[in-house]
Order: sequence, then structure tokens, then C-alpha cells
Amino acid sequence: MDNKKLFLDGNSAVAYAVKLASAEVISAYPITPQTKIVEKLAEYIANGELDAEYIKVESEHSAMSACLGAISTGVRTFTATSSHGLAYMQEMLHYISGGRFPVVMAVVNRGFAPPWNIWVDHQDTISTRDTGWMQVYVETGQEALDTILQAYKIAENPQVMTPIMVCLDAFILSHTSEIVESLDPQEVDKYLPPYQPQIIMDVDNPLTLCAGAGPDSYMEFRYAQQMAAIKAKKIIKEAAEEFKTRFQRSYGDLVEPYRLEGADIVLVTLGSMSGTVRVAVDELRQEGLMVGMLKVRYFRPFPGEEIQELRGRARVIGVLDRNISLGYEGALYTELKAALYHGEHRPLLKNYIVGLGGRDITVEEVKDIFRELSDLSGKEEYGQRIKFSGLRWSE
Amino acid sequence: MIKLRELPKEELIYGHLACAGCGGMLAARMAMKVLGRNTMLVAPACCVMAVSCFYPQLPMKVPYLISSFPGTAAVISGVVAGLKRKGRSDIRVVGLAGDGGTLDIGLQALSGAVERGENFIYICYDNEAYMNTGSQRSSGTPYGARTTTTPVGSGNKFEDRPKKNMFDIMVAHGIPYAATASIAYPQDYMNKVQKAMEVSGPAFIHVLAPCSPGWGLAAEDTVSIARLAVETRLWTLKEYHEGQEKVTHKINKPKPVIEYLKRQGRFSHLDQQEIDRIQAQVDSRFV
Repeated sequence: MDNKKLFLDGNSAVAYAVKLASAEVISAYPITPQTKIVEKLAEYIANGELDAEYIKVESEHSAMSACLGAISTGVRTFTATSSHGLAYMQEMLHYISGGRFPVVMAVVNRGFAPPWNIWVDHQDTISTRDTGWMQVYVETGQEALDTILQAYKIAENPQVMTPIMVCLDAFILSHTSEIVESLDPQEVDKYLPPYQPQIIMDVDNPLTLCAGAGPDSYMEFRYAQQMAAIKAKKIIKEAAEEFKTRFQRSYGDLVEPYRLEGADIVLVTLGSMSGTVRVAVDELRQEGLMVGMLKVRYFRPFPGEEIQELRGRARVIGVLDRNISLGYEGALYTELKAALYHGEHRPLLKNYIVGLGGRDITVEEVKDIFRELSDLSGKEEYGQRIKFSGLRWSE
Repeated sequence: MIKLRELPKEELIYGHLACAGCGGMLAARMAMKVLGRNTMLVAPACCVMAVSCFYPQLPMKVPYLISSFPGTAAVISGVVAGLKRKGRSDIRVVGLAGDGGTLDIGLQALSGAVERGENFIYICYDNEAYMNTGSQRSSGTPYGARTTTTPVGSGNKFEDRPKKNMFDIMVAHGIPYAATASIAYPQDYMNKVQKAMEVSGPAFIHVLAPCSPGWGLAAEDTVSIARLAVETRLWTLKEYHEGQEKVTHKINKPKPVIEYLKRQGRFSHLDQQEIDRIQAQVDSRFV
């Protein structure tokens, strides 16, 4: 196996993965901090390293519209975006998922304006939670590369046929170079064979795609999507397992646990902040504090069962949300609470809103959060369970 | 040149739910007679789509992809790219959209796809308002027309802006082929569909397609009203090909616009002064 080591930023790692996946149609529209992904892909095509059609669309809405047209002919399709671009294509996200087209898209997470901001923030993808797309958040450039390949395998599975957005944090991942191991293209082809579509535009078998459905059948279409998304959990696990066997790399599957053995206090994370939390966990464990981390990778389908396994094990769970559902709390916290509702042994919970708009999350900050969680008594008022961490205003 | 007698008997749109006398459906049906089975259709929300996409009554006998309202031409770009990957240059990709979906919400995507020079045909069947949602004005609504969003009242007269000139917008893109057409001139229209098939790159056809409920017409009058639009010179049949613009059906003895206006409910409020104003607008274009 070719284990060539490359020095790539997250954007380049994504583009490299798309090349390995032999995407056939790429629609491209620039937006910071995603732009380098589509630039790299244009370069690959220009160099003859990738044989694909490259559509230089005039907007993100059209970027996803072009994906719809392309994948309806049965070819593997890719695009990438960030924040406002994702919001602009929101209508088309529903077309892709409702039409059951396995598009894979990279989203470089970035804050919404106003106030105008280009730095990491999960509000963009969290806001598309209910578009019917699967969402996976990655921690490193290497994980981004490997996850793109897994994403195609999962999305194109005939039992799934659901699109996936691979979410990576702006700048911390997109623009930071790290050593990334490449994969042998022939091995990748074995792991990810060509897309075998079932339903396509075909003049010899004319079908109406994205057809209408009235009140007598609409619910059944949605039920089928829900069943596919639930079934996807098993397919996600199988795809991760096969990847591990073939390439000796693993990030867990729906979640990735870190030092949960005997952990009394657990922080639940999403994205690149997990790397910071790992360091904090290691340092606090050295001090004798029994802490651990559960990195949530898939926000949809949501790893409810995996989170329920924390019940009766962790006394306290903190959730780090790099987003805020204004007027309530962080989105991951809400989901986690719901997953823990049924059954006994409900742990104490607290939500931390962290790192919005690219504010740095430091090891010291995470250690303070762990220490604060260890002092939680369970008698706190509801309002005291949600905290903007590192706020520069006193409340 | 299309020979009407030699057109296939086969109907590629059959069993739709459109209103009796629907001009849009006539435009679609005639186009399909020329385009044939080796065609893939893309249509956004519009009258034709609303009466042809509901499971299980699916009348399109060619592959048919429903697009979002603004996305038609970008979806077409994707289909064209996918077919290119598959080496299927023999298949025609055709967009079918109304005036709202083309002149308003779909204009950006269409501009992009035409500018990129992709190989497709885009047919805008123009019923001069958002008829599918019950007659709201679009930028294709002509001066003087009453719609539900340009009602006639004491403080608000009617549509007070002229119709957007889509033909010139397409010509300004340097498009290989653009044409206007009418459902009342099938030979002229179908010749233009044929030409659109023959050019390499994007082709745009803007076909006037009256709407009997929206325009306030009897169902059997859609074709005769479409003809009057041309005879009064309110709608000119022309084409742009290889850099040359020409009128494809000359009107030597134009009829007065009043003959067109007085037969439609949407213009019934116009007084003589407004009719004279519309006549003067037309005359000024032909000096």
C-alpha cells in the first residue's frame, strides 16, 4: 500500500479525497473559507489528474441545482460551500435529499453575518439540520480526507440513498496544514466502487423524477427517508469498519469515544474542538480527575443509542456547542438531553456555548469547564445550565 | 423546415391535467413533436409542471426532472454535464418554464447557463403572469393588464410597466440561437424548435401562450388570441441566428390593438385613452 505522506491543509485534503473518489461532475462557486477545495479540483482537472466535468456556476443555489441535474443522470457528484452559500442553496438541499440523490458536499463551517464573520462557527450546518441530509463533523484534515471516501460509500448504498455533508471547521482545519497520509488509488477503488444508481434519467426508460405527491402518498415518501436515515447508522458503522480493515485508520463511527473508561465527567464535542478536549482530558487525568470525551461525528442520523450508553456511567455530562439556537440553547445539548430522557440514571447536564465566530477554544478553558462540571450539584436553576464560555461581558 | 404532415402521430405528453385550451400545454406538445423521444425535460414550478408531475398521473413519455423554481437552467447544466460524462451527446436537454420562472426568478440561472455556452434548449412558454398561482403579475405581464397583484382600483390602475424584453437579453448574451414564437403559428414555432436542435450551444425560444382563465378568454379562443397578438404587432415573430436578427413572419397590414385588447377580460377596464397609448407604443416600435 502506498502510504505516501503529504503536507496538506484541510481543504486540500478534501479535494484530494474527491480526486480519489473519482467524482465525475463537480459544480463550483467560491466562498471563503471553502474556495481552495474547488480551486484544487480545477487544478486536478487542468493537470489531467482528474477526469471530471467542472461546472462554473454563478451561485450556490445553482451549484446544488447543477448537482441535482448531474446526479439524476447517474454520475458521482461533488460540491463544496460555507455559511451563506449553504443558506443560499438550502432550497436545493431538500431537492437532493427528497429526490434520494447521494450527493456528497464539503461544508467548511463559518459564521453567519451580521456581524460579518468568516471564522469557524457551526451555525451554518446546524441550521440545515432538518433538510434530510446526513451530517458528519471531522476533527482533522486526515479525518476529512477519509470521511469523504466513507461518505460516498454510505450515501450511495442502495439502502441509504441520502446525501451527506462533510463538515470541517473554518481555518482551524480548512487552512491549517498537517501531515496527511495518502491512500493507494487502487485500494480506494476497491473500497469505493463506481456509483451504481438505481433510478436515473434514461431515454430508454423514461421516468419523472422529483415528482409530486399529494396527501395520499407524501407521508410515505418521508417515512421511507426516515427509514433510510435510521438504516444508515448500520451502514455508517460498516463503512468505518471496512475502512479500518483496509486502511488501518479509524475515527469511531457515529461517535468516537475518548478515555471514557471510568470517566465521571464527560464532555461531548463536535468538530475540531475535540482535539483541544483530548489534550485537556489527558492533562486532567494526570491530575487524577476522571474525565473523558465523547466526540459526536454524525449529527444526523443522531447517535441516540451511543449517547444513552453514557447513562449510569458518567455522573456529569457537559456539551460544547459552537452554535446557539437563540431563545433556547445549543443544538447538540438539546439533542443529547432528549436522547437521555428515557430510562433511569439521568446524569447532571450543562451546556457551554463556545468559540462562536472563530473565538479560540483553549485547553485552559476546557479544563476550567471540566472543573466547573465536577462541582455541579444538580440543584442549579435551569438558566444556570447554559453558559456562554469565555464571554467578555459580565452578565 | 418542418413538414406538418410528416410529424409523428405519437404524443409524448399525454394524460395531463391542464385547463381546456391551455396555451402552455400546446406549446409543450408541439415542441415535443419535433424534439422526439431522445429528449430529457427539466421543468420548474409552473403550469405545465403542476399538471404533469403528480404521481400516479405522469403524462411525460420522456425523462422528466422537476426543478426548483429558480434552478431550471442550472439543473439543465448538471444534466448536460452528466450526459457528457456518459458520452450521450445524442440526447437533447430541454428546459420548459413559464414567464415567471424565466424572466423573474430563473433569470440568474439561465443567464449563467447561456453564458457558459452549454448545449441545451430552453423554451419559455409565456402566459404573461404567474398563472399557476392564480394570475399574479410577472415581469412578462404587459402594460395595461389586470392581475391579482395589479388590480384595478381607485388608487391603483393596473400593470403600469412594459413587458421585459427577454429576447434582447438573450441576444446580449451572444447566444447562438434565440427566437420568439406563438402557438398560433405552429409551422413557424416548430421550425424554430428544429433550428434550436441544430445549433451547437444554448438556444432560447420564447413562445407566447395565452391562458384562458388568466386572460379572461373562452377556452376555444387561446389560439385566435395568440394570432391577434401577432397581427396587431404586440408580439413579433423573430429569430436571432449567427449574429443576424430577422422577423420570420411579417405583418404588412397590422390590425388595431383594440381588436386584441377588447376580447380579453384582463384588459376590459382600459379606456380609449389607454388603448390609444398602447397603440402609440406599438406604432413607435415600427417607424
